Amino acid sequence: MLNRVSIWYGKMNSIQRSLLASMIFGLSLMYSSHASDTNHMADVSGGYFVPMYGVVDNESVFVDSFSIMPHLVTNQEFLTFVRENRKWMKSNVRRLFADEGYLSYWTSDTTFTDSLKFAPVASVSWFAAKAYCECQGMRLPTTNEWEFVAMADSKVVDARKDSVYTASILKAYELRGTNLLPVGLYPPNIWGVYDIHKYVWEWTSDFNAIMISGENRDNNNAGLFCGAGSLGASDLMNYAAFMRYAFRNSIEAKYTLRGLGFRCAL
Amino acid sequence: MKVKRNVFAYATALCMVLMLVSCENKTSALKDNTKIKTVGTYELAELGVPPHVPPPVGNRSAKKLRVELEIIEKKGEIAEGVEYVFWTFGGTVPGSFIRGRVGDEIEFVLKNHPDNKLPHNIDLHAVTGQGGGAEASFVAPGHQKTFKFKLINPGLYVYHCATAPVGMHIANGMYGLILVEPEGGLPPVDREYYVMQGDFYTQGKHGEPGLQAFDMQKAYDEEPDYVLFNGKVGALTNEDKLVAKAGETIRLFVGNGGPNLVSSFHVIGEIFDKVYIEGGSAINNNVQTTLVPAGGAAIVELKAEVPSNLILVDHSIFRTFNKGALGILNVEGEKNNLVFEGEVLDGIYNPEGATMHKDANVPATQEAKPAATKEESIARGKQIYNNACFACHQPSGEGLGTVFPPLAGSDFLNADKDRAISAVIHGLEGEITVNGQTYNSQMPAQILSDEEVANVMTFLYNSWGNNGTVVSPEDVKKLR
Repeated sequence: MLNRVSIWYGKMNSIQRSLLASMIFGLSLMYSSHASDTNHMADVSGGYFVPMYGVVDNESVFVDSFSIMPHLVTNQEFLTFVRENRKWMKSNVRRLFADEGYLSYWTSDTTFTDSLKFAPVASVSWFAAKAYCECQGMRLPTTNEWEFVAMADSKVVDARKDSVYTASILKAYELRGTNLLPVGLYPPNIWGVYDIHKYVWEWTSDFNAIMISGENRDNNNAGLFCGAGSLGASDLMNYAAFMRYAFRNSIEAKYTLRGLGFRCAL
Repeated sequence: MKVKRNVFAYATALCMVLMLVSCENKTSALKDNTKIKTVGTYELAELGVPPHVPPPVGNRSAKKLRVELEIIEKKGEIAEGVEYVFWTFGGTVPGSFIRGRVGDEIEFVLKNHPDNKLPHNIDLHAVTGQGGGAEASFVAPGHQKTFKFKLINPGLYVYHCATAPVGMHIANGMYGLILVEPEGGLPPVDREYYVMQGDFYTQGKHGEPGLQAFDMQKAYDEEPDYVLFNGKVGALTNEDKLVAKAGETIRLFVGNGGPNLVSSFHVIGEIFDKVYIEGGSAINNNVQTTLVPAGGAAIVELKAEVPSNLILVDHSIFRTFNKGALGILNVEGEKNNLVFEGEVLDGIYNPEGATMHKDANVPATQEAKPAATKEESIARGKQIYNNACFACHQPSGEGLGTVFPPLAGSDFLNADKDRAISAVIHGLEGEITVNGQTYNSQMPAQILSDEEVANVMTFLYNSWGNNGTVVSPEDVKKLR
């Protein structure tokens, strides 16, 4: 049932996004915390921005308008998904698409500790996250989309120059056990998106694109390591972004990590 | 006679042959370390937990070693009451000590604990190859990477994490040492220790209690709050001090993880008989202070001739006095008066025309006339305090850190008047507990008259919430 609602939402959004945009933005703000209900989408108006990596000479890139789940996908929601898509149960999943750690903290194919109901699902591979989003009629956000949303605080679209904000992100990255908290404990950012920095790392559709497509690897350069990490980066003071890009660079699509979840976009 | 000459001739010839051989060995060693053969299968390497190191290689032949190192991000104490999230190789700062010899083949397994948040890697300065292994070892949380290399250059090398942002990974404690011994091993010594300096950047000031986050701006400005040996204020003091016996030879493997500061490593009370400069093959003798670059190392050796507390410091001395770079090497044993006799005589020095007394805060006349009232005694005592005591016990008697105990509201002070007077006139050494906190330092005896001691004690007892005791010169006199 929940699934259908979100598919319906998905379709409506894709057809009549412009009409619904302002309405949904308002809704998502009204929506306070628990994602136990459907993940109402948050609309993000596109624009230009300079991502940390992947652009030449610090040129800005344009991100089209899109919508994104305000909350991370929770264990409860993922359970609904695996019940309807049994090949994604942990005893059925193909090793090619998820390593041994897949849903390792679930107590069985369909159970987990009660307190984790509204905590973000983690230990899911990129393939599983992608399949989940496709089942909802959605997709994973691109890295540029995700970073575009992630640079906002509660007041401005781009808070990257605010040292207090960037320091708070860095501090949040040092906290442990954040994958066990129910989602939505903290206020959303200006787009109405919750928990983008405080909980878990998030899969993006092209998480490995930047380093692999670049010629860094071909020339056997050190990529993101040591001094070489500063080559090609747009903002040498944004340590939080360095950490995210380094993280994405370290993972593969079948990896499952306790601190890695996802949300879908449209 | 003839026999003797023959022997001499033989000896000379032998020497020449040996010299030739050793010359040959040297050149071939430089050229051919890549070709040193190893035998057998991989053995698990024993790693050293700082300040200890694994046993020397001795004269074993080169072999295959498997090194397993686990990366753990964990909360720890950077100073008493101050917490910090360290990122570690092997659960300690500095990381586990790795020891091998030239020609060893290493199979290195780097494990990133599943509860860790970040990817990491390792760049070993002892490795010849892309990034010192950084690229080959880049590993996500919950995964492990294996890579292989051969040790071809002898020396003491730093290893560190090199994942972006690299400065932050190093600032959080991700460094350690790997020793590559030459063929035949380093010459034997009685004791070996592992000491590594690092600078730390916390959001709160030095000593500010609670969990302190990494402060990126301070790191960028290269203004550390802590400069430490082995990752904690006091990691090498009190019960954790290094120990040796008089007459023993001691080798310190000294590294500097940085990320920013260069260390002027010095041991107060000793001279390094031998320094392997920058951890390489050049040896310098009779060195007072040796530079240890960030991302570099040095091997220092000394013979502890006499019993004493040798103090390990960074002789950029504010780092020692104010930021924590201090360790103790306690040498026990018999005194040797030929080397050091200690204090022989305590005399009075009266320079001619000593007009300084007039400028001093305490008027000279005061000594003659005893204070008439309690108030006068307190006022005079305050002046003495502000001259003789406040530098350690601080202007309001609050004490300083875990070194100098407080006098304000001090249970130790209020409990026993005679004990307190005795501390002033005889000095105080050893462990005491003041307001629940343990102190173990040394207070020197104060050169003050009975009258002065009485005044300063009365001042103390009538300040900062203490119990109002009045101390008379007679009280002091009977304890002399």
